[in-house]
Amino acid sequence: MPLSDFQTVIGLEVHAQLLTQSKIFCGCSTAFGAEPNHHTCPVCLGMPGVLPVLNQRVVEYAVRTGLALGCTVKPTSVWSRKNYFYPDLPKGYQITQYDQPICEWGELVIDTPSGEKTVRVRRIHLEEDAGKSVHDASASAGQSLVDLNRAGVPLMEIVSEPDLRDADEAVEYLKALRDVLVYLGVNDGNLEEGSFRCDANVSVMPKGSTTYGQRCELKNLNSFRFLKQAIEYEAARQVDVLESGGKVDQETRLWDVNKGITRSMRSKEDAHDYRYFPEPDLQPLIVSDALRDSQAKVLPELPRAKRTRFMGEYGLPAYDARILTAERPLADFFEACAAHAPDAKKLSNLFLGEFSRLLKDEGTPLSALRFTPAQLGELLATVEKGTVSANAAKDVLGEMFRTGRAPADIIAEKGLAQVSDVGAVEAVVDDILAKNAGEVEKYKAGKKSVYGFFVGQVMKAMKGKGNPGLVNELLKKKLGD
Amino acid sequence: MALTLEQVRHVATLARLSLTPQEEARYATQLSQVLDAVAELEALDVGQVEPTSHATLASSLLREDVMRPSLPPEAGLANAPAKVGTAFAVPKILE
Amino acid sequence: MSSTLTDLSMLELAAKLAAREVSSVEATRASLQRIAQVDSKVRAFLRVDEPGALKAAEASDARRHAGSPASALDGVPVGLKDIFLTEGVETTCGSRILEGFVPPYDATVVRLLKEAGLPLLGKLNMDEFAMGSSNESSAYFPTHNPWDLTRTPGGSSGGSAAAVAAREVFGALGTDTGGSIRQPAAFTNTVGLKPTYGRVSRYGVIAFASSLDQPGPMARTVADTAALFQLIARHDPRDSTSADVATPDCLTGLEDGVRGLKLGVPREYFTAGMDPEVEGTLRASLEEFERMGATLVDVSLPHTKYALATYYLLASSEASSNLARYDGIRYGQRAKDARGLKELYTQTRGQGFGAEVKRRIMLGTYALSAGYYDAYYLRAQKVRTLIREDFTRAFQQVDALVSPTSPVPAFKLGDKVDDPLSMYLMDVYTLPCNLAGLPGLSVPCGFTQAGLPVGLQILGRPFDEARLLRIARAFEREHDFFRRAVPV
Repeated sequence: MPLSDFQTVIGLEVHAQLLTQSKIFCGCSTAFGAEPNHHTCPVCLGMPGVLPVLNQRVVEYAVRTGLALGCTVKPTSVWSRKNYFYPDLPKGYQITQYDQPICEWGELVIDTPSGEKTVRVRRIHLEEDAGKSVHDASASAGQSLVDLNRAGVPLMEIVSEPDLRDADEAVEYLKALRDVLVYLGVNDGNLEEGSFRCDANVSVMPKGSTTYGQRCELKNLNSFRFLKQAIEYEAARQVDVLESGGKVDQETRLWDVNKGITRSMRSKEDAHDYRYFPEPDLQPLIVSDALRDSQAKVLPELPRAKRTRFMGEYGLPAYDARILTAERPLADFFEACAAHAPDAKKLSNLFLGEFSRLLKDEGTPLSALRFTPAQLGELLATVEKGTVSANAAKDVLGEMFRTGRAPADIIAEKGLAQVSDVGAVEAVVDDILAKNAGEVEKYKAGKKSVYGFFVGQVMKAMKGKGNPGLVNELLKKKLGD
Repeated sequence: MALTLEQVRHVATLARLSLTPQEEARYATQLSQVLDAVAELEALDVGQVEPTSHATLASSLLREDVMRPSLPPEAGLANAPAKVGTAFAVPKILE
Repeated sequence: MSSTLTDLSMLELAAKLAAREVSSVEATRASLQRIAQVDSKVRAFLRVDEPGALKAAEASDARRHAGSPASALDGVPVGLKDIFLTEGVETTCGSRILEGFVPPYDATVVRLLKEAGLPLLGKLNMDEFAMGSSNESSAYFPTHNPWDLTRTPGGSSGGSAAAVAAREVFGALGTDTGGSIRQPAAFTNTVGLKPTYGRVSRYGVIAFASSLDQPGPMARTVADTAALFQLIARHDPRDSTSADVATPDCLTGLEDGVRGLKLGVPREYFTAGMDPEVEGTLRASLEEFERMGATLVDVSLPHTKYALATYYLLASSEASSNLARYDGIRYGQRAKDARGLKELYTQTRGQGFGAEVKRRIMLGTYALSAGYYDAYYLRAQKVRTLIREDFTRAFQQVDALVSPTSPVPAFKLGDKVDDPLSMYLMDVYTLPCNLAGLPGLSVPCGFTQAGLPVGLQILGRPFDEARLLRIARAFEREHDFFRRAVPV
């Protein structure tokens, strides 16, 4: 059977670092990028005698996420120890939730070419991150170096059902999930720094079959592109194996970025036997009604709902709505501006174009903008009235970014106001046509290409401030078109 | 229940314990004796009994999300058998 | 002077300190002198911290001088089982694998004792990682019983018990996972209290079996035990299993006696295998309680015989995980000749742990491993529930339970080293209490003809330590066994 006769089946396991100040079981900082072991204490170093004490915010964030994804939030969940030896695992076990996670059975709706699709979320559980081992430090030949700054950073694992059917759906799910987590304020969505990580369970089965094939777990997928490439590569690989009469082994495979392939991680010396058992140092986790209610109260409008509303309320195309709602601060700022702007679509054009470019080029975060939504609305209104050209408006916006001054002041100071007075423009047009009688003759004889010359001459005479619409209108009238 | 030498070696591998052949033999015998002794638990019908994992059922203690000072790295690494800079050093990890 | 000083109880010394009849430095020097005299025979100390103790004593005297003592026991020198982390003072837990380990922090109870002004004389010997009932699994040397140097002081807090009995320290802290405070107390004519699980912080106490471990006081008199207990019974926000209850007042009602109390006598605790002299002493003690006005009630704890198996499965399972951190990477000993990471682990641990510790790690690893979890670990957790329920039912009828602490008096060093099962049997009366998380206490109740101490165990409801101490005090008042001079 060719590849097209097989169905790919994908489930994603997402590890999201929760945006807390301190680690899950101790007071050390969670900040990224410190010198090795500068964010460690006896607890996260796994010293003898230490005990974990749970960070309340971690619980709040998991509950918030569970509610946003429509999960059942368990009143009681249980901590377990996952036992294995690795140099970056200081206690020789990871504290995690195993058979009784904090949230179960939710869903996330995504868009696919064939319409909306509901992906089931099987569970959300909490755990501590491990440290980091560096294998290739030149100063330490033959050694690996262990940095435990990350050990004990709070992670939330979100496990989907194998409901995804191709790499694009997987990417769509991952993007949608990231948008939700960022909206909720529980995660920064940063794939590169590893604060939002994804493993993919991939299998293939003949189309029409209801029995899943043997799955492989793909790791090292730290961008949306790699996720897509890895799934597509892996599905094709599994089909090849099956087609050549082989059998897919259940294993963990690593995405090799350079070679563009997945490769088997050398299997551990002994089969994994994590010897899970209930963590005796932590009582079962009780989620009180009060805690749950506090999180229900702060649930924001989620990206998908916001997108739908933007399309309806502002009459925006889906493309615009998606970009504008991808991040909550941008969406909020857009809405604030829309209250003052005459035309939401033109506002959206500005947001998707010049405004985004300036944000990026000036490196200004939204929170540090120097002008108000009302001022941006005012600028758009002046464009609408013809007071400034769309082009000049870009300059004004740039100046607003840099100085925070009112658009009217910038327009006045820079003399950017357009001449929209019919009499004034008509006088210049008449003058130019009179001075260039020869060209006018050529035009009338059919050489339409000189039209641009007339426009240029008029604008030059008006120092670029002629209202372009009016200039065109009058030129055409005088030339007899 | 008698534990085979092979089982003893498997458990020792899981527990990361190097054992001498003498120790393997001794633990095979002694652990078999202990397992025989604990087999008496099988006499009890515990089908309807909830397991006890904690001695007391206190409510879970939570702490505020407040950062506290970390250990100075020189204190955290003071006992390390091998280190490079402020990192712990181990023989090269082969994946 | 010094010999009489070290014979004082903690509260007697505290009274003299308060009256400025002696200084803490004098008391501390007396203890140090006594240690120098007898510890070569008793071998209770792994490490004596003379400068630290004297410095603390000087500070205590300065507070007394300024009229602002930090606590009732300010200036009374005590010792610590080497399971408690002490900042800047080597802590080994009786194991080679932690040889040279100097902790960067104090255990909560160590901090509490320091804040209360007690000079800490040093670190006391113990069974390696608290796994043992004779102190013979210490990686360093066995401790000897001051009442008969050829015998064990019990374990695992054997060093603490021996040091208290030999008057080397006025009191000590131990830990109790299956009887490790009470059994050595019974073997050495001292008082030992295992508090309710959660009563005393475990932060900074090296874990053996986390759901069973509990630190507690050891002293020569009941009142001393109560006073020391009150210093450490504090809720600790660093221990999630620490109970958020107020510190009890155990001294006010201490002399109230047992009149009107119902004392349960669990019939399963008087079984074949008990030493006849122990049984005789116990029966006599029970009659005495009746004479003092208590009512004895025959009660049954039907699942007692399953406690030993349950305990060994659960404690070993938790231990196998708790001891995974000893890998020679961040602290402790690392095998010198290890080639590669795998050997770093297996040789460090193979060489660093002693036989008993390895045996229990093996048992626990096996009990948690795939295919055996349900049959061993989970089943043991369920039986643990049945054992707890036995106690709950019994405490509906009675105020406390009384029994022998140990079926035998102190046995000869070397007697049971090669027979783990028979060694484990030493704990049959003490470990059910740990499984149920209840408070338990051992108080001296007599001597055998050979002069070996016998202990009486009193078990109570959760957080009912004050009543246990009151019952023990009623008995102690009639005898003053603690006044008996120790032969060493």
